[in-house]
Amino acid sequence: MMAKDKDSITRRHFLRDGLWGGCLAGVGVVAGFLVGRLRKNDTVWQIDPYTCIACGNCATYCVLEESAVKCMHAHAVCGYCTICFGFFGPEPADINEGAENQVCPTGAIKRSFVEDPYYEYTIDESLCNGCGKCVKGCNTFGNGSLFLQVRHDRCLNCNECSIAAACPSQAFKRVPADKPYLLKTVGHA
Amino acid sequence: MVRLGFLIVSVALLLSLCDGASGVERFPPPEFESGYELPSPTTPSPRQDIYEYVDTIVLLLALVVGSYLVLKKRSRSAIFALMIFSLLYFGFWRHGCICSIGAIQNVTLSIFDHSYAIPVTVVLFFLLPLVFTLFFGRVFCAAVCPLGAMQDFVLLKPVSVPVWLENGLRLFAYVYLGFAILFAATGSAFIICRYDPFVSFFRLGGNINILIFGACVLLVAVFVGRPYCRFLCPYGVILRQFSRISRRRVRIAPDECIHCKLCADACPFGAIREPTAEWTGRDYIVAKKRLAFLLVLLPVLILAGGWAGAKINNVTARMHPMVRLAERVYLEDTGEVEGTTDPSTAFRTTGRETEDLYAEASQIREKFGFGGWLLGGFVGLVVGLKLVGLSVRRTRTDYEADRASCLACGRCFEYCPQEHARRKKSEQAFDQKR
Repeated sequence: MMAKDKDSITRRHFLRDGLWGGCLAGVGVVAGFLVGRLRKNDTVWQIDPYTCIACGNCATYCVLEESAVKCMHAHAVCGYCTICFGFFGPEPADINEGAENQVCPTGAIKRSFVEDPYYEYTIDESLCNGCGKCVKGCNTFGNGSLFLQVRHDRCLNCNECSIAAACPSQAFKRVPADKPYLLKTVGHA
Repeated sequence: MVRLGFLIVSVALLLSLCDGASGVERFPPPEFESGYELPSPTTPSPRQDIYEYVDTIVLLLALVVGSYLVLKKRSRSAIFALMIFSLLYFGFWRHGCICSIGAIQNVTLSIFDHSYAIPVTVVLFFLLPLVFTLFFGRVFCAAVCPLGAMQDFVLLKPVSVPVWLENGLRLFAYVYLGFAILFAATGSAFIICRYDPFVSFFRLGGNINILIFGACVLLVAVFVGRPYCRFLCPYGVILRQFSRISRRRVRIAPDECIHCKLCADACPFGAIREPTAEWTGRDYIVAKKRLAFLLVLLPVLILAGGWAGAKINNVTARMHPMVRLAERVYLEDTGEVEGTTDPSTAFRTTGRETEDLYAEASQIREKFGFGGWLLGGFVGLVVGLKLVGLSVRRTRTDYEADRASCLACGRCFEYCPQEHARRKKSEQAFDQKR
């Protein structure tokens, strides 16, 4: 009886050791496989401005209280219109900087006279909430020089971006961290 | 006058809209005469890669220190201190992302999606706790995981959960793991991240539903020790299995157990097992019959689970945005629903063929069908093995920490009279040396 007990203990130990070695080997195999899939550069989330439909989800779905997505302005693409639909609402009461005429809910766009008949539009990033209302206006009636981008001084780079999960046009993608912005340029199709 | 000008411009704009495309250069950028210079956009850089390596090194160090504290130092207060450090560093400082639990999904996705490349830090966050568990038990759960730390911190009035309930609730974790892998493998969603109860606490803000869920988990955690770790955590499921066969493990009494039962009362996680009673001959016969029955039942459970899993693929597949989009577009095209949604509008502006979308969606559905078989079979297997495990006889002569369930929190050390005797002895030896 004693001998049998001892025997069964060794057998159990042998099984356990085998299983242990198997698990360690399994971890090794997974590690080896993953090494083959490693990413050279780290990546960050970014919006493809040419796919973005400015639906407004960026303002509300970000895990941050104030979204990491902000509006950017490609001045090289801008037409410097006197009546800018990124700045004015669809039917403004008047063509001036009055808050009631603006499309931006936070008044984050500054309009300043450059020379006749051109006006410059700049984004005050501290006010922008990334709602994309101006982007929609500019895309629909203008040159599309206003566009949304993930600002990397704010982005937490979550494993699953909440906005990406809610994005209706799959405009969110991971881009290499050394080229973290997808800017609009002149002459893009 | 302004009105009129506005009207003219509007009409001109509307005419220019006839191009159809959006974002074209309708107005050529002006050539300025006043010497105006174009402002250039600011592009603040993301966080440096180097910090992620710092995180990995901190993880490694925390695991090494944790193993030492659990197995050699045997001090609850030191383990608690490390746990608080991890809560502050991995939780509130690093905002709880990336974490080992969520890394399961990245690893799964990188196995199934050939275009997905995985960052080295995520690989290390996934593998390091596994390796440490194989050697030293669940020290990761004890003192390194910020989610565990959060719950352990608020555990003030532990109540004991009945064994049958504990075993039943634990199945949720296996099912959760199964779904997390299914959704990650099909590229649908990272549900572990989406339903992480504490990440919104770490970020001090987030989705209101998740905040409420997190608050509920924390509230339960005041009375039930670490409910997320025990009943939901998908990474805990893997660590449990590895901990069963770990090289070293938590020993409650440093030498001889005196059967005082103090440790079993002290453990808030119900992880301490009593010495077993002797079995009579009759018990053996009953148990043998039951075991034989359960072993026959096992393949039946696997098949039944697989069949049920494949049946729900129409529901699970909706987790994938493409399937949802295809269903919506189909409903719109057949006139069953009025209006459009943002995704369907976005789809239509791309000019992609609907047939193309349907084909992609049905391909994804097929994946879910096959994945459903695997998921259901896995759940069946888990249930079956659990039943088998419950009916196998174990022999214990002392109070022991269950190898799988023990979270290595170190509470039992403080309650063991033998441990106190050991400490006194080693203090005396230390004094004598001086």
